[in-house]
This record gives sequence, C-alpha cells and structure tokens, in this order.
Amino acid sequence: MAGQHQSEFTNPLVNWIDSRLPIFTMMQKEYGTFPTPKNFNYFWNFGALAMVCMMVMIATGIFLAMNYQPNSELAFGSVQHIMRDVNYGWLLRYIHQNGASMFFIVTYIHIFRGMYYGSYKTPRELLWMIGVVILLIMMATAFMGYVLPWGQMSYWGATVITNLFSAFPIVGKSIVTLLWGGFSVDSPTLNRFFSLHYLLPFVLVGVVFLHVAALHVVGSNNPLGIDVRSPQDTLPFHPYYTVKDSVGLCVFFLVYAILVFFAPNFLGAANNFIPANPLQTPADIVPEWYFLPYYAILRSVPNKLLGVCMMFGSILVLFVLPWLDTSRVRSAKFRPIYRQIIWLWVLATIVLGVCGAHKPEGIWVVLSRVATLYYFLHFLVILPILGKLERPLPLPESISRPVVGGGGPMPSGATARPMEKA
Amino acid sequence: MADTAAVAHPGHPDVTKRDFLKLVTGASAAIGTAAVAWVFIDYMNPSRDVLALSSVEVDLTPIVAGQGITVLWQGKPIFVRHRTDKEIKEAQDVQMSQLIEPQPDSARVKAGHDQWIVLIGICTHLGCVPLGNKPTDPRGDWGGWFCPCHGSQYDTSGRVRHGPAPANLGLPPYAFGSDTKIKIG
Repeated sequence: MAGQHQSEFTNPLVNWIDSRLPIFTMMQKEYGTFPTPKNFNYFWNFGALAMVCMMVMIATGIFLAMNYQPNSELAFGSVQHIMRDVNYGWLLRYIHQNGASMFFIVTYIHIFRGMYYGSYKTPRELLWMIGVVILLIMMATAFMGYVLPWGQMSYWGATVITNLFSAFPIVGKSIVTLLWGGFSVDSPTLNRFFSLHYLLPFVLVGVVFLHVAALHVVGSNNPLGIDVRSPQDTLPFHPYYTVKDSVGLCVFFLVYAILVFFAPNFLGAANNFIPANPLQTPADIVPEWYFLPYYAILRSVPNKLLGVCMMFGSILVLFVLPWLDTSRVRSAKFRPIYRQIIWLWVLATIVLGVCGAHKPEGIWVVLSRVATLYYFLHFLVILPILGKLERPLPLPESISRPVVGGGGPMPSGATARPMEKA
Repeated sequence: MADTAAVAHPGHPDVTKRDFLKLVTGASAAIGTAAVAWVFIDYMNPSRDVLALSSVEVDLTPIVAGQGITVLWQGKPIFVRHRTDKEIKEAQDVQMSQLIEPQPDSARVKAGHDQWIVLIGICTHLGCVPLGNKPTDPRGDWGGWFCPCHGSQYDTSGRVRHGPAPANLGLPPYAFGSDTKIKIG
C-alpha cells in the first residue's frame, strides 16, 4: 500500500476509486475548493461558455456525421436529408450551424476580456499563447465545417481560402494542389476536409486542457488585475463561481435558442442553398461573419502576397502581445489612456468586419485601409510606447479592500502605491 | 440575500427557501437534460425516408408450385413460397406435441390462401438466411428450409423442427390485394 493516495471521501466506492486514481480529489481541488478571486464580473463567464460551446459542437457534430456523406455527389443531398427526413435532424444541424457563431461570439468576448484586463501579462503569457493556438484551431475547424454542406458558398469559400496559399512564391501552387488532392476543389478535397473537421475538435479538446491546466497553475486574473495576496481575496470555485457561470449559461442558452428556433439562417448566406457549381461563382461572395475582419484586411492590400501575410499577421501578432504591451499594470481600469484606445481598436475591428461584408469599392476600400492601418498601429506602435508614457492610477492594496471596503490584510491607513508591480 | 434565502418557512422549521430554490433548479435542469437527450436518442431512430420504404408489393403469378422467391422488405429477406398440395398436407397434419414452438399451420397462412406461406427469411438462431426456396436447395428432413450456418431445420410452414434455433420463422404483416398480389408491410 506504499504510496497509495489517502482519500478523504466517505462514500466507500468513491473512496476505493479515489485511493487508486485520485480523480475525485483532483476535481475537488480544481473545481470545488479551487481558490478564485472574489471580484469576478460577468466577463469571467466566457471561458466556461466557450467550453460549453465546444462540448455542444462535438456532441451535435458526432450525430450529424452519422447521416452526412462526404462525397461531392451526395454531400448537398445528405444535408437536405438530415434537414427533412432524419428525426430532429433540423434541430441538431441548426444547433451545430449556429453553434459555430455562438462559439466565436463567446470566444471573441473572452479574448477582449483578456485584452481589457491584461490577462496576457506575466505570468500568464503562455496561457494566452495557448489561447491564440485555440483560436487558430477553431478557425481552421470552422472553415472546413463550412465547406461540408457543399453549397455555392461552401465551394467558393473553399476555393478562395485554399488559393490564399498560392500567394507564397515558388511552392504556392504545389501547396494548393496538395491541399486539394487534385487540380480544383472536388470530392477528394471534401473528403479530407470532413476527416480533418472531425479530427481537429479533439485536438482542440487537448489544447483547451492545456489552457485550463496552465490557468490552474498561475490562477485567474481579475477585474482589478492585481495579484491574490491572501485567502481573504478568494472564494472557493464551488458554489460561488459554478453558480455565477450557471446564471451566465442560462442567458447564453436563451440567446442561442432564439437564434436556433427563430432565426436559424440569420447568420447564413442564401447562396449556400444552391448546390456547389464549379462553373459559376456567386455574385456576392462573403465569408461567415466571424471571418469578415480578416477578409477585409486581405482585400485592403493591393499586393497578393502582402495581403495574405497581413491577414495571417493580424492573428499572429496576438502571440507577441504580452511583449508588445510594455505596461506592467494589467487592468485597463487603472490605465486612463489604454482604457480609451482599446475601444478604438475594437472600433477598427468592427469597421473591418463591416468593410468585409461590402464589395471592395469606393469608400469601403478607404475605410478598410484606414482600419487595417490602425489595427496594426495599435499593436506594433501604440502599445509599446503607451506603456512607457502612460501614468497609471494608484492600484488598490488588495482585492478585498475595494470589494468589502476597509477590510483586507493591509492596515486601513496605508496608501496605495502608484506603480505597484502588477 | 443569502440570509433571507436560509430563513425557515413559518410552521416548517426544517424547510428553508433555499431548499425550494435548489429543488426547482435541479428539477428544471433535469427536465431540460431529458428533453435534449430525447432529441439525440430519437435522431438515431429510422428516418422518414427509411420509414417510407416500409411496404412492398409482390406479384405471385410467376411463382410455380414447389418454388419460393425472396423479396427485400425493410432490408430483410422475405420468403414467399408456393406450396404443393403435399407440402400443405404435411404442414397441417403435424402433431402439435412434435413441435418446438407449437403453432397450427392455419395460424401461419391467410385463410383461403393455404398454398402461400410468407415468412421473414431470417433464422431465429443467429440471423442467417436459411436455404430452401429453390427446389434444388437443401430443405432439411421436413422439406421446408435448412440453415447453413448451424443446421437448424424448418418445415413447410416455417416452424422450427430441429435446433439450435429456438423459434419458428417470423411472419411479416401482409395482406392479399387480389388472389395474385400481396402487399408486405
């Protein structure tokens, strides 16, 4: 019995398992008593919501795959079969289709939360970078999933996105042929996209596990952006944050259900109700809404290779965000200038999204160029300089003090230090 | 608010408002989960297009006495056999005590159509398709069907006479549209 884990659970079966494989102890430690900053606002719901999205997408996706045919002759019809003949097929498909949008909404808000409250700053740089990897995997998965119904937008989306790689000199054409498994987007392409669309979510689960594991090592950031200093600053995860997450989850499901039941095609493109036709490109070709800003960046640059590089760069720049932002204060709450210019960046991104939805002519070209410029200016110029110039507001002594006023570990007479190490 | 939630209900000192809230929350979550689970379970049931293929019509005129044909119904082989007078008599004269699953022949054919036996052609042992529709097939000692997998034998009424099969061949739902046409399913 040497080395056996001493389980504290009283239920004999749980105790027997836990002594040999301490999963109950682990769950208790990581999701039961896990000390969590007591001052979370509702922005801190979105990680859990993204996790729920991932599980919903995997569950519905596995069931959809039971009736889907990854063959260019049968794919479009098999999706219609799911919609019309299979019991609740319409429901599972609409949950899956709109689930992609909900997943991106939730994830984008989650990323914004990280940017606003400086969650990417030391010691959470790696946690943040794993998050960017998650975003990239999500985007690849969403793109390949969109190809599967084999409508006009599926087909031409696949053609345009795979052709991005043709921008690379010398090897570009060969890469595209390799991706296609032929000389155009066709059945081999569809078949491999289906295979990868099924695989990548499970890769995502693995990377999300790392994301959560890293989070549980360094602990959560909080709206004040200051470190936890004493047990008084924290609450056990359960029941406090399980319940708070559940409240957010109810609202999330409400919005999701409204989308699924009342406007299931609101975010879709009408052209995707037309079966794929390799001889005719639709007049209005736009990606799904969650790709519009990147699409606008791509189109704003007149040079093919540079446009592709800037589009990929707009996400890759997030990897180095922890080092581009030179301010040591995490939360925007104590950064009077950053707190305002972060909204300019949000505006630029939204403008890019709107530009991406319009034909690239006239005012939209100018707007998307200005917004693209500002997008990169924010990361590459403003953030590094602002960290040096900005004078942050005084940080509170502890999380407890602003929350319960006058409490906390420090004597009540102590004054806040303006440049406390965050 | 946490204080008020824990306040006991007057007259019921053991019951607090929080108990009620927990009960309502738990019940709502359970109902929601069950509703979602049903969607996923029912999704795996036969779809509308499969159900639409659940009946098939068979023209009996080309089947001569002593011969049987196999038609596909719901993905299963259905034996339609035109029995000779001798086979009908054999099927009708059997002592019930000799049968593994006693059943008179009259309960296995439609009245007035004694020459036609319609069976689900799946051995009740482990699901193989027995031989015996063609006169040249092995039909076993009772002149009906013989299963090549494990040697089960059926008589001309499709009743099991020799194991290991435990039960008679199944009867699909069917009806005569005219004397020469049946609709299975």
